[in-house]
Amino acid sequence: MNSDPLLFDYLLRLADSDLVLAQQLGAWVGHGPVLEEDIASANVGLDLLGQARMWFGYAGEIEGRFAGRARSEDELAFLRDSGAFRNVLLVEQPNGDYAHTIARQFYFDAWHQLLLDALARSSDPRIAEIAAKGGKEVRYHLERSSGWLVRLGDGTDESRRRMQAACDDLWMFAGELVEPDAAGNALAGEGIACDTETLAPAWRARVNAVLDEATLAVPALTWAQSGSKRGVHTEHLSHLLAEMQVLQRSYPGARW
Amino acid sequence: MSANELPLWEVFIRSQHGLAHKHVGSLHAADAEMAIRNARDVYTRRNEGVSIWVVRSADVTASAPGEKEPMFEPANSKVYRHPTFFPMPDEVKHI
Repeated sequence: MNSDPLLFDYLLRLADSDLVLAQQLGAWVGHGPVLEEDIASANVGLDLLGQARMWFGYAGEIEGRFAGRARSEDELAFLRDSGAFRNVLLVEQPNGDYAHTIARQFYFDAWHQLLLDALARSSDPRIAEIAAKGGKEVRYHLERSSGWLVRLGDGTDESRRRMQAACDDLWMFAGELVEPDAAGNALAGEGIACDTETLAPAWRARVNAVLDEATLAVPALTWAQSGSKRGVHTEHLSHLLAEMQVLQRSYPGARW
Repeated sequence: MSANELPLWEVFIRSQHGLAHKHVGSLHAADAEMAIRNARDVYTRRNEGVSIWVVRSADVTASAPGEKEPMFEPANSKVYRHPTFFPMPDEVKHI
């Protein structure tokens, strides 16, 4: 099929974003502000990791169709360098304080939920299935991150200050979520995938509504960082991958 | 955010096949909505339930352990309170 390489790349975007964000959330385990958040971060991270595995599994199969060999989930996750990763820039930004983690999570969840909703209507049954299952988890993730954003924003002076700072700091990475998406557009034409640019109005509306409820100002910056679709990432990704991949790279093919 | 400032909530879960909510533990949360979400994350990871109740621990009034004798001992020796003096016919097995 003609669009296989395009679809492979598109699936990697989904898988890589989930994988990187899961890795980030895992770093909070044992370090959360309260025990309940420790568990919540782990839960959200594990949900995303599960979705990543499903996307990687399908991506591998698609790759097998046009490249002759299908890479396994482990090979795709642990043996690619940052230039080959297609995760959105937002998820590789550091955890920072909890406000930064929540802002990053909310910007992502608000987009992720719209994206999975759209993909659940894909003409590709596998994509629709994965998106439908993931969608239920992500609806909950969005409730959580919105809930925290509102409470921290409309909270004490310190929490509001930190929450506004976090929303401002991460805004320049959020725009990429809904930038023009040629590949997505092509696949959307075949009914397979979603052109993420079409999610812009709904995403912005949701972000505005929640920031408003949190009594925070929506950041005014109109310029956005970009490049993940071409494998151009910020300086944070290679550190994250080095730590994540060190075991597989030191002992290639290692099995439990 | 320290646990000193977040109130404590008691969590009750009703399982899929249950009729009553059972007490499963407690957790800290800022308010009722967050308490429900935290309870979902902490106490329903293994499909333990389909319904969650949370109550502020401060709202729970408990009987004092020191009062066990006057509260509960008298009921031990009042045999007439138990309906055990009716001979049940065999035909009525499952009342």
